[in-house]
Amino acid sequence: MNDLGLAASTWQRLRTGDLGVLPVAVVLVLIGLVFQALNPHFLSADNLVNLTQQAAATGVIALGVVLTLHVGQIDLSVGAVSGLAAAVVAVGSVQLGWPLWLAVLAALAVGVLVGSIYAALHTRLAVPSFVFTLAGLLVITGLQMRVLGPTGSVNLPFEWWLVRFCQTAFLAPATSWAIVALVVAGYAAGRVTDRVRRVRAELPVAPLWQVVARVVALAAGLSVVVAYLGTNRGVGAVFALFVGLVALTDLMLRRTRWGRFVRAVGGDAEAARKAGVPVRRVFVSAFVACSTLAALGGVLAVGRLAAANQGSGAGDTNLTAIAAAVIGGTSLFGGRGSAWSALVGILVVQSISTGLTLLNLDQSARLVVTGLVLAVAVTIDALQRRAREA
Amino acid sequence: MTGSTVPVLALLGVSKSYGAARALVDVDLQVHAHEVVAVIGDNGAGKSTLVGALTGALVPDEGEVLVDGSPVTLSDPSVARGLGIAAVFQDLALCANLDVVENLYLGHEAQRGPLLDEVTMEKHAWELLNQLAARVPSVRVPVAALSGGQRQAVAIARSLLGEPRVIVLDEPTAALGLRQTAEFLTLVERLRERGHGVLLTSHSLADVQAVADRIVVLRLGRTNGEFDAARTSYEELLAAVTGIQR
Repeated sequence: MNDLGLAASTWQRLRTGDLGVLPVAVVLVLIGLVFQALNPHFLSADNLVNLTQQAAATGVIALGVVLTLHVGQIDLSVGAVSGLAAAVVAVGSVQLGWPLWLAVLAALAVGVLVGSIYAALHTRLAVPSFVFTLAGLLVITGLQMRVLGPTGSVNLPFEWWLVRFCQTAFLAPATSWAIVALVVAGYAAGRVTDRVRRVRAELPVAPLWQVVARVVALAAGLSVVVAYLGTNRGVGAVFALFVGLVALTDLMLRRTRWGRFVRAVGGDAEAARKAGVPVRRVFVSAFVACSTLAALGGVLAVGRLAAANQGSGAGDTNLTAIAAAVIGGTSLFGGRGSAWSALVGILVVQSISTGLTLLNLDQSARLVVTGLVLAVAVTIDALQRRAREA
Repeated sequence: MTGSTVPVLALLGVSKSYGAARALVDVDLQVHAHEVVAVIGDNGAGKSTLVGALTGALVPDEGEVLVDGSPVTLSDPSVARGLGIAAVFQDLALCANLDVVENLYLGHEAQRGPLLDEVTMEKHAWELLNQLAARVPSVRVPVAALSGGQRQAVAIARSLLGEPRVIVLDEPTAALGLRQTAEFLTLVERLRERGHGVLLTSHSLADVQAVADRIVVLRLGRTNGEFDAARTSYEELLAAVTGIQR
């Protein structure tokens, strides 16, 4: 393929959204460079460590949103669910004296319950999800206030494991590097096995240099991140947990039957049903996973702030999580996207927020800019859909 | 070919009414292995009802459905599939965002441990499409990027996964252009060569004459003649379809 042909095919793939999260990752780098030019502290290891730590909790919520968007639905109550989960953890452990692990489990159970109710409403009554999750937003916010009681705010002791895990736990350098080595080795082994099997089956294979290049790029990318964050406090435990969840979800979406069913239902639920996909169960799994991840995000947030109050999960948490999923490139129209869009999307949103704060701009500027970026992302999503159908 | 052998699939005196409207009246029909049977008729002649009765989408009021000469009750499309009757409907029921392999195996994925076995599925997909002489640029492009004819080939290939003996195609050429129709007709010939019985409905007489062994004309729910495709003129068929006497 000559340069012109390559450029044309890349443009075509960009236009139809087949490049996945890559374009957004490029935008993320550009955002980083712009803010660095405006404030030399932006790309410092210290700031990036803070940024990743702050992104984790809402990122986990965004990962759940990615799943509901995949089946062509939306959950507008994820912020409220995270707030209720935070309240359950704090009130259960501090005021009622439950063991902390039990309070965390109870919070996650709340997520499972909420998701099950949404799924039942959707699959049995065919109510549009944006309506009943909006109703859920109100109900759950009310429940959160009731759980917190008249004081409205509960603090967690700083020495509790949840708080330490979310605030001060960082992977030891040896652990970080061992994980990098394992991930790279696992990825390389998977690629090579796949290639060998394809050659044996006489299927077309990518040239060997591409496989090598991908492995090297992954190793280099992970090494740079770990080494650079390592010059400060290192990779936060809570951020590592978030990235691990994203990677696991990505594997499940792309390489398991469940993931295929999720994408099929998001693309065309009726066709999927005719093909024998258990459509109802797929919807249930997506709604339950979304609410449970939202609850987990709330648990991580309560650990990070060492407190739960009426503001937990309120305000812009909801919209930030949903915006991150869409900005990361997961389509609002269902059936298209990637688990990685939760990571890239939340990093974009968090970078804008941190960058504007460093420039001494207040929350008003942050909301306006994030809103504009979301508008651009949705426009691109709509244009890509049109290009695919043309 | 239509001589003494037992038909794979047959209808015997089948009638079906919707309230006062009689969609099918005392219809007989036979499909043998290695045979392409076309059912033609104007809109409202009963083609869709006939397809429904053959594929288990509906149960006739009277008459019998026979598989290998034995009466069966096709209470559900899955029962029909279990008896070796596959159906490809006009909407094709493909997920446009999934690629060819993903669509072919949707609901029947091959697995290696907990993960999908893409290599096995992709290899089998190519074999199947090559047998049908279907021209698809890649089995890893989303179905949305394929032409109408290519999508149809994918839908038919999918119906072959269960190794059915009879394939029922409902209005397969309705949405196809001229070239795509020609490719489709080649594909139907491949199905016959593979030993399947094929029943297709159409209201395009020319398409049907090019590929069918036998042509059954439906008019107002009744069989209005059964013709040997090779020895029947377009005018005769047209007269049977429209009911105009010459």
